Amino acid sequence: MIGSPFILKEHTSVRFTMIKVMAALVPGTLAYAWYFGPGIWISLVWCSLLGIGFEAVALVIRGRPLQPALTDGSVLLTAWLLALSIPTLAPWWLYMTGMFFAVVVAKHLYGGLGQNLFNPAMVGYAALIISFPVFMTQWAAPTTLANIVPNLSDAFDLVFVGGSITPDAYTSATVLDSLKTATRGGHTVLDAFAQPIHGLIAGKGMELVAIMYLFGGLFMISNRLITWHIPVAFLAAIALTAGVLQGLDPAHHAGPLFHMMAGGSMLGAFFIATDPVTACTTPRGKLIFAGLAGFLTVIIRTFGGYPDGVAFSILILNTAAPFIDAFSQPRVFGHAKGVK
Amino acid sequence: MSGKVYPIPGGLHPPEHKTESNAKAIIVAPLSAHYVVPLRQHIGQPARALVKAGDSVLKGQMIGAPEGRISAAVHAPTSGRVVAVEARPVAHPSGLPDQCVVIEADGKDTAADMQPIAWRDLPPGELHQRLVNMGLAGQGGAVFPSHVKLATGGTPIETLILNGAECEPWITCDDRLMRERATEIMQGAEIMRHALGAKRILVGIEDNKPEAAQAMQSACEQLKLAAEVTAVPTRYPSGGAKQLTQLLTGLETPSGKISTDIGIQVFNVATAYALQRAVELGEPMLTRVVTITGHVAGPCNIEARLGTPIDELIRLAGGDLAETSGHVIGGPMMGFDLDDTASPLVKSVNCIIAKNQELFPPHPPAMPCIRCGQCALVCPAVLQPFELYWHAKSKNFAKARAYKLFDCIECGCCSHVCPSHIPLVDFYRFAKSEIAADDRAKLAAEGARQRHEFQLLRQEREKKEKAERLGKKASERLDTGAVAADDPEAERKKAILEAAIERARQAKEAVHAKNTESLTPDQQHQIDEIEARRQAAPQDSEQQA
Repeated sequence: MIGSPFILKEHTSVRFTMIKVMAALVPGTLAYAWYFGPGIWISLVWCSLLGIGFEAVALVIRGRPLQPALTDGSVLLTAWLLALSIPTLAPWWLYMTGMFFAVVVAKHLYGGLGQNLFNPAMVGYAALIISFPVFMTQWAAPTTLANIVPNLSDAFDLVFVGGSITPDAYTSATVLDSLKTATRGGHTVLDAFAQPIHGLIAGKGMELVAIMYLFGGLFMISNRLITWHIPVAFLAAIALTAGVLQGLDPAHHAGPLFHMMAGGSMLGAFFIATDPVTACTTPRGKLIFAGLAGFLTVIIRTFGGYPDGVAFSILILNTAAPFIDAFSQPRVFGHAKGVK
Repeated sequence: MSGKVYPIPGGLHPPEHKTESNAKAIIVAPLSAHYVVPLRQHIGQPARALVKAGDSVLKGQMIGAPEGRISAAVHAPTSGRVVAVEARPVAHPSGLPDQCVVIEADGKDTAADMQPIAWRDLPPGELHQRLVNMGLAGQGGAVFPSHVKLATGGTPIETLILNGAECEPWITCDDRLMRERATEIMQGAEIMRHALGAKRILVGIEDNKPEAAQAMQSACEQLKLAAEVTAVPTRYPSGGAKQLTQLLTGLETPSGKISTDIGIQVFNVATAYALQRAVELGEPMLTRVVTITGHVAGPCNIEARLGTPIDELIRLAGGDLAETSGHVIGGPMMGFDLDDTASPLVKSVNCIIAKNQELFPPHPPAMPCIRCGQCALVCPAVLQPFELYWHAKSKNFAKARAYKLFDCIECGCCSHVCPSHIPLVDFYRFAKSEIAADDRAKLAAEGARQRHEFQLLRQEREKKEKAERLGKKASERLDTGAVAADDPEAERKKAILEAAIERARQAKEAVHAKNTESLTPDQQHQIDEIEARRQAAPQDSEQQA
């Protein structure tokens, strides 16, 4: 072995990468806590503890050293993404089930960091929404709409003890839920938008959280953590698909801006679809991957049984990523165009 | 003064560390007590030793002759006596010793007769013949014999590129040489241009060396040359031949080809300087400038004779500081560890860096690849390094090749930026050498198979011919009545001859049927069926079968 290069780029490590991605999540998380109450901190901490616990157990069973894997930050990022993807104030075992699927099934059964075919947080989300759909619709209401805003100790009780407050007092449907209910019930988009949960563009509070995710995403692009390809293609495909549907039937389809700002669009565009392990890696492959995922997101939202389609569309495209990569290799230096 | 710069893919900008050694003028090393001159200092065949222990040599005398087309001569760096021609430690990544001529200097430094070459009178394409024994080899790192590169061959050369990019951190020997000896370099470049029949000269220098660029520009103006000095962005690996070619001309050298194929020839500035001395002074390649830097007391550039022990050069630079943990030959991105500081300076060594823990911290343990693609962003060859790593690690060499492993120039950019600290380039080197070994083994096996089959064929043919010959001879003798009737021996001889004819006939048949002995009834049945079909088939289809 020659050993060169003898110098490595400073401040570069898997842990530092994960920390920077988590830093990009901070504005969105703060906005979330501001608009939906402090419950998010309970679920965030609980998911993190579960993540570390499950990862440690998985590593022991697999006979792998604990040290580098537990401190690389990847499991904390998974926990954070899952906590932001599912309702706060749900019972403790819901998070536990979700984290089990994310860390043990999606990550370690596939061989651990870098080996997983599917995005772990989205596997956790999908397992929960299929298994416990009722709990997954009980989102904390924006503080301005809720009858009761649980404080930190209420939130702790609700998660771990099961408090005496009825969920109706502090939860509400999301805009995607209300849109689905309205259009299914023969009402128009405007009827759905007249609901109090609807804000300026999409969900009250949630639309501002989405803007914060956007800022976090721009930070990641400027820091070269991700390239522009996936977020741009994902959001553009959402806008295009929603635009076409709205053009065909304006009364029953929400527009591009709504779909870009509602549900998990922004989180998915910048933080989920860009997961390098499970996404495409070539420039053209990223565009195809994210474009198809964005298209499927709107299709699932509009015609599917679930209110949001971000998780499923990304999971579906995860299966296609290696195939897309294989056929979208960039032209290598010195090779003629189109020659394999 | 700067010409157009074209964009190139990838690259990065590691800490430069040029100021440590680029402020001081080049120091000329004093005469050493002894020199160790390896016979292999270039790409290609090692030189053939012309001297033996006990011989006296003069400075500039050829002591190793080029062997074969791609080879370069080596010369005695000073006058003295040959003490040995033996294997000695050399500066090579393998760490293996190599054949060297060891010379004990007599201190007189008596030079052999050196004659300048009247290059202007030589038509293009002939100068290289005069340079075959001058020992010139590229000083940029590849050490390709220069006279071969100056022989234009088939493709006409439009552009001569002079490489003064010096993109690796720490190295400043070309920088100093350009600052101090720009005129000689450009004279050398003009000789190259003439030899190649090139129309123009482009000089590429990274923009972190404005003094060097200025000096080169002044030299061009002073010599009134059709040359253009261009400052290229300081972005490693701008000094790669294909990279600099694209930076200066916008042309992409096709994979598996060299720039010559697109009418461009690239030489290092130090090679142009050596050529100038060879042509104008008749002096073969005896010295080079080398940067001694890193964890030494007085980083500097030294002009030293080839064969000078490296530890002497380190002493000239003030010596290693405390806690020096080793030495790198070349730059930190593409260099290699030096095993033995007694190894001599050779034509390829442009830099010696003393390492310590602070300047060269040990690499953290490797983590799993997360396919983040940072490596792909910096790859100058537009490869997908993580895919190559994946396939190299799993020894899926066919896939690695399909992902263009052999377009990797081993610049180290991918390893440098990898957040998982994976020694990616080591995996590519491993895969390349495994594939090369595999290809050699396949070629060897194929050769052996062909030889074996030919041998069998020949043996059978000879056997058949011999049998035919004997049979013919015997029947001739019978027919001509060579055997007399009254001969008492005749009957016996006739019997012998007939037996011989019979044996010959049998041998002739046996030739065809060697592998049809001891068949199972099944096989025999199959053969019978095939034979039956063959009989039924038309004549020419049998030919094809």
